Amino acid sequence: MSKEATVLFDIPGPRARTRNAVLTAVVSIVFAAVLAALVWRLSDKGQFEEKLWTPFLKWTVWRHLLLPGLMNTLKAAVVATVLALLFGIVFGLARLSDHWWVRVPAGAVVEFFRGIPLLILIFLAFFVPNKISPAIAESQFGTLQRFSVDYFFSIFGVEINAGTVTVPAFAAVVFGLTMYNGSVLAEVVRAGVLSIPKGQSEAAYSIGLRKNGVMRLVLLPQAITVMMPAIVSQIVVLLKDTALGFIIAYGEFLQAGFKQVPANYSNNVLQAGIVVAVIYIAINMSLSRVATWLEGRSRRSRKTEAKTMGSGGPAPVAGVGVTQQTV
Amino acid sequence: MFDFSPFFDNFDEILQGFWATLRLAAAAAVLSLIIGTFLASFRVSPVPVLRAFGTGYVNVVRNTPLTLVLLMCSLGLNDILALKFSENSSTTYYWWAVLGLSAYTGAFVCETLRSGINTVPLGQAEAARSIGLTFTQSLRMIILPQAFRAIIAPLGSVFIAMIKNTTVAAAASYAEVALVTKTIIDKPTFANGVIPLFLGVSVGFLILTLPTGYFFGWLAKRMAVAR
Repeated sequence: MSKEATVLFDIPGPRARTRNAVLTAVVSIVFAAVLAALVWRLSDKGQFEEKLWTPFLKWTVWRHLLLPGLMNTLKAAVVATVLALLFGIVFGLARLSDHWWVRVPAGAVVEFFRGIPLLILIFLAFFVPNKISPAIAESQFGTLQRFSVDYFFSIFGVEINAGTVTVPAFAAVVFGLTMYNGSVLAEVVRAGVLSIPKGQSEAAYSIGLRKNGVMRLVLLPQAITVMMPAIVSQIVVLLKDTALGFIIAYGEFLQAGFKQVPANYSNNVLQAGIVVAVIYIAINMSLSRVATWLEGRSRRSRKTEAKTMGSGGPAPVAGVGVTQQTV
Repeated sequence: MFDFSPFFDNFDEILQGFWATLRLAAAAAVLSLIIGTFLASFRVSPVPVLRAFGTGYVNVVRNTPLTLVLLMCSLGLNDILALKFSENSSTTYYWWAVLGLSAYTGAFVCETLRSGINTVPLGQAEAARSIGLTFTQSLRMIILPQAFRAIIAPLGSVFIAMIKNTTVAAAASYAEVALVTKTIIDKPTFANGVIPLFLGVSVGFLILTLPTGYFFGWLAKRMAVAR
């Protein structure tokens, strides 16, 4: 039932047209009244003063606060996207393994990280290493800890000083986003591979390919086309979730626009919120547009018969695409 | 490091945090279901203004970070515009958290419900019209009941996401479990035992989310429309 809007009611005749016109008028009046009440309240609280709005017209505000914040948001989003995709592919394929000792632990990891809130994961990365690292430094794992921080985690800005590991907010946000979105993407990968018709893998086995070849040469290339819209929708979710960095004072876009600007320009919280929201919406809607476009393209494509898994597009398909939207 | 006594010393606080989370999640579940149903009906209605409102609302709210939505409620509407629910600040922050979370989740419920409406066969709507039901009647008696039965499982996922999203209310001054966790860690007396604390909080969330998922899965199977 794809054209529900035209099937649920008739093409309006004279009476229906009058009724629709009346309803339109009533609804418009109600909206106008709500809007007027809001405007009245705003002006009552002096929210239309010029000094509250003009900061967003100044180049210095953009140059020193908003643009660096936006850069930090995009930086965290890009790093986390890359890592989450890696995590998702590894664990998604591990869940499809033939060996139970690979399948079961991978499933447990994915379910765990999907089941607990992202904010708790970010807190975990931000607070825990700091507290437990002195004890580890004393124990037999001290050298291991020092080496792993020096040669690996330092690329995310993690530092070790006299046995105490400090995790910067950036690394904590990236950790949380990677683990959470990675496990969601693992499910997307699994569902994508499982959605390929069985005949494909049977044919591949019958020409003598092994499991590795079947997966790499036949199933994954088709699954990637199927998964693309769902992956892009998940990137929108990830980008929105970077805003959680606000809570642990990571200097991302929300922190810069919603905390720093009001702090410096006479507490213009509402105005800052509106400007920040508009920019987030613009970025996310263009990403969603990409998802819709990808979905339409793969639907038109003759190379693959596989159906896409839905996206943030206009008419979501029941199932995977819609269900993963979070924060 | 795995000494659980600091965890149990703060057990009361953690339980109170989970109770606050539960109260928030339960109220937001009911309210977001109502908001989502109305939005979905708007989006398929014959009145163009309502359709435009539904589409605009969903696009705006779905693309705004929840942190910003909740902060705008607590800092913007509550503190600056002084739209308060009660003199008691914790009550008023609770209701703003409920409203913000429901307004946000409602958009996702709406999209899920719309995908459910898409699963109802064309003939059902045509039959409803042919026996002379009006738009509201056919939506209420024919389309929505079938759509709801089709979306139980995805709706469960939306609610699970919402339960996890309650932690974001920590940013909006509502003392749920994430904020409690942070307060406990910041205590000077709380030297070690962060690992048991995080294990406890994680298990608490798994207790909330996993059975919800199984329940909705079971319900979806039971209520499935045979076609």
